[in-house]
Amino acid sequence: MNRLWRFAGGLRLAGHKRESVMGGVRQLPTPKRVVLPLQQHVGAPAEPVVQVGQTVCKGELLARAESFVSAPVHASVSGTVVAIDNYAVPHPSGIAEPCVVIESDGEERWWPDLKTPSDPATQSAEKLRELIRAAGVVGLGGAVFPSAAKLGPPRPVDTLVINGVECEPYITCDDTLMRSRPDDVVRGSAVLRRIVAAQRCLIAVEDNKPEALARLRAVLATLAGELDVSGIEVVSVPTVFPTGGEKQLIKVLTGREVPVGGLPYEVGCVCLNVGTAAAVHDAVYTGRPLLSRLVTVTGPGVRHPDNFEVPLGTSVSDLLAAAGGVTTDAPELIMGGPMMGFSLPGEHLPITKASNCILVRTDSASKPAMPCIRCGSCASACPMQLLPQQLYWHARGREFDKLTRYHLNSCIECGCCNAVCPSHIPLVDYFRFAKSEIADQAYKRERANESRIRNQQRTERLEAARRAAEERKAKRKAGRKRAAEPAPDAAASAVREAS
Amino acid sequence: MIRRSQSMDPARPVGNSVSRVMRTVIYALLPGSLLFIHFFGWGVAVNIALVMASAWLFEAVMLRIRGVASGPFLGDGSALLTGLLLALSLPPLVPWWIPVLGAFVAIVVAKQLYGGLGHNPFNPAMAAFAVLLIAFPRELSLWAAPQVLQSHALSLWEAVQFSLSGRLPGELVFDAISAATPLDKLRTDTGLGRSVADITQAAVFGHWAGRGSEWVSLAYLAGGLALVGLRIVSWHIPVSLLVTLVVAAGIGQWLDPQHAPGVLVHLLGGASMLGAFFIATDPVTAATTTRGKLIYGAGIGLLIYAIRTWGGYPDGVAFAVLLMGLAVPLLDRHALPRVFGARPAGDERAG
Ligand code: SF4
Ligand code: SF4
Repeated sequence: MNRLWRFAGGLRLAGHKRESVMGGVRQLPTPKRVVLPLQQHVGAPAEPVVQVGQTVCKGELLARAESFVSAPVHASVSGTVVAIDNYAVPHPSGIAEPCVVIESDGEERWWPDLKTPSDPATQSAEKLRELIRAAGVVGLGGAVFPSAAKLGPPRPVDTLVINGVECEPYITCDDTLMRSRPDDVVRGSAVLRRIVAAQRCLIAVEDNKPEALARLRAVLATLAGELDVSGIEVVSVPTVFPTGGEKQLIKVLTGREVPVGGLPYEVGCVCLNVGTAAAVHDAVYTGRPLLSRLVTVTGPGVRHPDNFEVPLGTSVSDLLAAAGGVTTDAPELIMGGPMMGFSLPGEHLPITKASNCILVRTDSASKPAMPCIRCGSCASACPMQLLPQQLYWHARGREFDKLTRYHLNSCIECGCCNAVCPSHIPLVDYFRFAKSEIADQAYKRERANESRIRNQQRTERLEAARRAAEERKAKRKAGRKRAAEPAPDAAASAVREAS
Repeated sequence: MIRRSQSMDPARPVGNSVSRVMRTVIYALLPGSLLFIHFFGWGVAVNIALVMASAWLFEAVMLRIRGVASGPFLGDGSALLTGLLLALSLPPLVPWWIPVLGAFVAIVVAKQLYGGLGHNPFNPAMAAFAVLLIAFPRELSLWAAPQVLQSHALSLWEAVQFSLSGRLPGELVFDAISAATPLDKLRTDTGLGRSVADITQAAVFGHWAGRGSEWVSLAYLAGGLALVGLRIVSWHIPVSLLVTLVVAAGIGQWLDPQHAPGVLVHLLGGASMLGAFFIATDPVTAATTTRGKLIYGAGIGLLIYAIRTWGGYPDGVAFAVLLMGLAVPLLDRHALPRVFGARPAGDERAG
């Protein structure tokens, strides 16, 4: 790997990584109760296959993925299903969604049906993809796109990118993972490369994580005898936010730009997170579904910042307790990092596959927003080369067609514009809101369209029925006439056929 | 209006604020302002004090009337900066109502009536200056000469007295302490058929472009470069403005060495430096995209040259900035950057 590219915009941020990197991973005690949302991924929610009152084992299937872009949900503890109902889930909008709630029996009994698969090197790509899908693996970088759906690109790709960049300040779960399980990351990457049949696999890590880089490189060298690691490379990339964004990273590594509204395969790439690679390793080597994830708990408001292996569905409050509790009465909890995360309304929310970090801040004093002075700082910071000040203007005016023209859809909500705005305008809030409004409108339009079509079909049906009835009547009449005077019949039927 | 969800926030890792920007710009203007006072006398200081104080007062009153929480806005420093820019454009000795009226036009008419900070289509300081220039051409064209060329340098007290009453001490008449500005003199004298080389022998021209004013311009340049270095101002507008001005002046001189003033006179003799770094870069009224900024700066540079050469006024910075301000909405709409992943320019594929 000799050349790296740059993307426009972006920011150099204070890392705040040291607070939470303790080098190891702390295990959380088995939680008493877990709340598992049926949709912890992008796509269709999973369909529950268990009933309230049923006893389940650890790793047992709770809900099945019914469509291509979806992922199953498994029991992260053994115990009893006590409810299947709507509960608040961590989401910027604070909505409640269907969840399966399990009261843990503390025994950690594994599901006997879990199969240990044979050596992945001997399996077909199709079989491996199936194992990954069945294990409920989704993108663990935060995007939670079902991984299996990414692994059958409609066009051949030449590059698999494994994203260990972790560019957002404060978060260190990927760093911790790469330090503690570098071999699993490399094995998982090798499997993924085989599935997508890419010539090369680049494991990218920001240069502020020398330890992770060194361990990955060392492991790569030792594994060389055991499995096919040719073409796998560990690449150190400069520390600039948001290099960890999929499109930005592909640009940095290959110089290629994913087209507007397009997907990475269009430029010959597939991109997955290091956490995903490790989860893929678990799925294909041990047959275990995705039951837990690494979560960073950090920030000035928490007593002992660290990284925890957290069973999915564990309450944020349990996690905070394990980290020594918060140091203030009114902590502000942020899920994710300071740039792209969102505030949680409370701590009784489950950790999901998307939760990479709980950031606890002691002050939430956001400065009052001033008017936009059109200084353009936001535009020069924007890694997508958008004009946030124009987007802001049109979002306020609810001019949605203009927003589309200014490429609101390309906004990756990275927060760079927010961070530099001298007027302290919460730009990303406006963008998220406008996006959801636009999606809403499109949905409504579609519904209206559907009902219009239904209505039209109904009218046509009625019309056809009416015409058929009339015709029958006419025929009957004609039949009576014909019986009376048969002579002009041939002429009449000829006319009818011609008309 | 927008619904504020609880997604609010991200910590702001990059400490920046409107008031910090405005304050820094004011600091960057200090060396130039002090040299201006040094060379042109206490009258300048009186102007600065009068405009800034009244600008601030008008801002406070207007915010009150508009019912806007005045705290953050009065503290933002934008009114003070507007006041300072206007004061630095005025002749050194003017009656008190000129600065006060100027502040009124700038803050009340050009800024607050349009909706306050961020909503004004025209640069308030330049709008006020243009109004004054058109309404009171006599007051605005009487420039006190650099102090070294005056027969009597006014003390601070005498300058205040002049401002309030229009009276000069003792037997002093205004002619004795005034002189045409370099650009003004060039304009009238070349009109009389004299050559540039001949005219610029006059004492008022100093080393390169204008006694005193050339140093003030250099101080503005230094302050402006500091702002560029601090990333408060992007280089695009000043550079494209000055380069265009230099090229235009160079071509002009090459075509007519007898009557066209030189490049240095254009750069340092008038308000070019103040305009390039501090006025044309006013974010609210300038173009915002990179390409837009380059075009905007170049347009102002060309217009400055054109107004100085063919127009009815000796200097043209204010009118050039205001005229290009008309083009800003157009530039903002059409000089768009290429979005990440978009096809190269010219391809209008929506995405
Ligand atoms: S950074 Fe803020 S003030 Fe500056 S142009 Fe963007 S939105 Fe406006
Ligand atoms: S949040 Fe969107 S508009 Fe703002 S900098 Fe990031 S990509 Fe650009």
